[in-house]
Amino acid sequence: MAAEQHRKQRIDRGIKVRSDGIYALMSGRELAYLVLPRSTLIVGLLLLPLLLPDLYWQRVITITCLYALLAISFDFLAHHVGLVSLGGAFYVGVGGYLAALGNTALGLPVWATIPLATAGGGIVCTLLLLPCLPLRGVYFAIVTLMYPLFMARLIEAFDIVGGTDGIIGIDGFPNHWVEQYVLITMVLLLLFGLRRLAATDFGLVLRGIKDNDQAVRASGIQVIRYKAAAVFIAAAMGCLAGACLVHIYMWSGISQFALDFSILPIAATVIGGAGTLVGAVLGCLILVPLSELLRDFGSLRIVFYALLLVAFIIFRSEGIFNYARRKYEQFERWIPI
Amino acid sequence: MSTAPILEVQGLCKNFGGITALRDLGFSLRAGEILGVIGPNGSGKTTMVNCITGFVRRDAGRVLFHGRDISTRPPHRIADLGITRTFQVMRPWHSLPAYQNLVIPLCSPRARRTGGWRGGGSHGDRDTVGIDILEDIGFERDSPVPYKPAGTLPSGYLKRLELARCLALRPEIIICDEIFSGLSMSEIASLVPTIERLQSQGITLIMIEHRLRELFRVTSRILVLNFGEKLMEGAPDELMADERVREAYFGSRDSAEVMDHA
Repeated sequence: MAAEQHRKQRIDRGIKVRSDGIYALMSGRELAYLVLPRSTLIVGLLLLPLLLPDLYWQRVITITCLYALLAISFDFLAHHVGLVSLGGAFYVGVGGYLAALGNTALGLPVWATIPLATAGGGIVCTLLLLPCLPLRGVYFAIVTLMYPLFMARLIEAFDIVGGTDGIIGIDGFPNHWVEQYVLITMVLLLLFGLRRLAATDFGLVLRGIKDNDQAVRASGIQVIRYKAAAVFIAAAMGCLAGACLVHIYMWSGISQFALDFSILPIAATVIGGAGTLVGAVLGCLILVPLSELLRDFGSLRIVFYALLLVAFIIFRSEGIFNYARRKYEQFERWIPI
Repeated sequence: MSTAPILEVQGLCKNFGGITALRDLGFSLRAGEILGVIGPNGSGKTTMVNCITGFVRRDAGRVLFHGRDISTRPPHRIADLGITRTFQVMRPWHSLPAYQNLVIPLCSPRARRTGGWRGGGSHGDRDTVGIDILEDIGFERDSPVPYKPAGTLPSGYLKRLELARCLALRPEIIICDEIFSGLSMSEIASLVPTIERLQSQGITLIMIEHRLRELFRVTSRILVLNFGEKLMEGAPDELMADERVREAYFGSRDSAEVMDHA
């Protein structure tokens, strides 16, 4: 019997295959190509408060950032985990009231109430949403839509935590620069942080749950635990927005459970490009200032606003970011068939 | 052999509304064997898989794994114990590349416990282990196939991907729900040695099949289901000789003719 034959096989390491993309580090031009879009967003957002003429528009930027946080949170849950959440108003309300109570009842300073309201609100929202996490489909959306109504009526009916008058006398941010830069930094950190999270193994499992939760279950993974973790992240972001909101207005009331906080982030995500996270921020940068500009038209504002949304959904349903990325990464030409 | 069975099913019943899917089903499985399960459409084969793996809650009966009743446990707990399944309708994560499909099962508590990947793989990361498993199950490593999105793979690879998803958990039992169906003859021919190799690695298999010729090649014991009940259990040639089986399942009196159709 002949001796066993051996053939030498050369195989790329997994790590090499995955890092193919970073050969761009070899060339300044390619590096710039990669860095340019990202740095435009970062530098642009950071410069925005300095470029805007007056306090009014600077306040608009602050509110835009609040909505951006909500939109990122919606986009993450809907397109990376598969949970369609209408809970923006719920998160803002819970976060806002927790921060307001922490500030007025316990006398905590702003830098303590915001983190506490973020983490605490995330936990409260996750616990309240836990019962509907085993369900798939529209149920999660319905429950998240119901909670803000429930909370607002509860406060109204029992006249607790300020009742319809709300809570007044909340500390504001030290000055408007701090206010703006805290929010802009948070938006940037959470945007890039979540993008990174979505690319980790944890993010892959979440994506697996979105595509096909039965196979995740068959893989020996407890789906609810992962969903709860994702809901906590999204809810905490919403609560952060709510906590900042009450410190900006120095007032907390049941209008924080208003549906605007649930609906506008969804519209912004559609316009910006669903599933990209950045698109959600771009959408807010367009929609929120636009709705301010349209204020001059009085009640026709909503008409223009709605027309724009419908036009976007019909003609550019992929969203601005996906469109722009396609143009940036590919060229198009006509060829004879 | 006097060894205790690895899996024992006793009096399993399941009704969907007024329809009886399983009635008093019982069988046992010894470690390392391959049990074939056949039966006409609607005879309860897939329901049996769903009941054993916890995807459907049984109405009555027990499923004993190493003597422990697991019939009330949720699917992820049962998979965690080492009983894995493939899906008849393949369920890959379409948008993920094939090797990243394995990252998800490799994240499971069982894979963390049993897998040697933590420090065991060449880089100790899940992507690498995923590609190792895919190579093991018949993906050509130096081809682009393992890196393509799972949704673009032909069904032969998808069936292997289903098996790979099970293997990532280092299972004791794999239940294959019609793994040969929808495949070309050559794809089946190349999958049979893979199944045999799994058995030689000490994995116990339950194979639900319509492809009798290939099934008879790999297994020595077959369970025949009809209307949710066990019609008979035995070796392939005993089965072919049995009048009731031919009547119920094949609708033919001639076993040679049956094999031709298979």
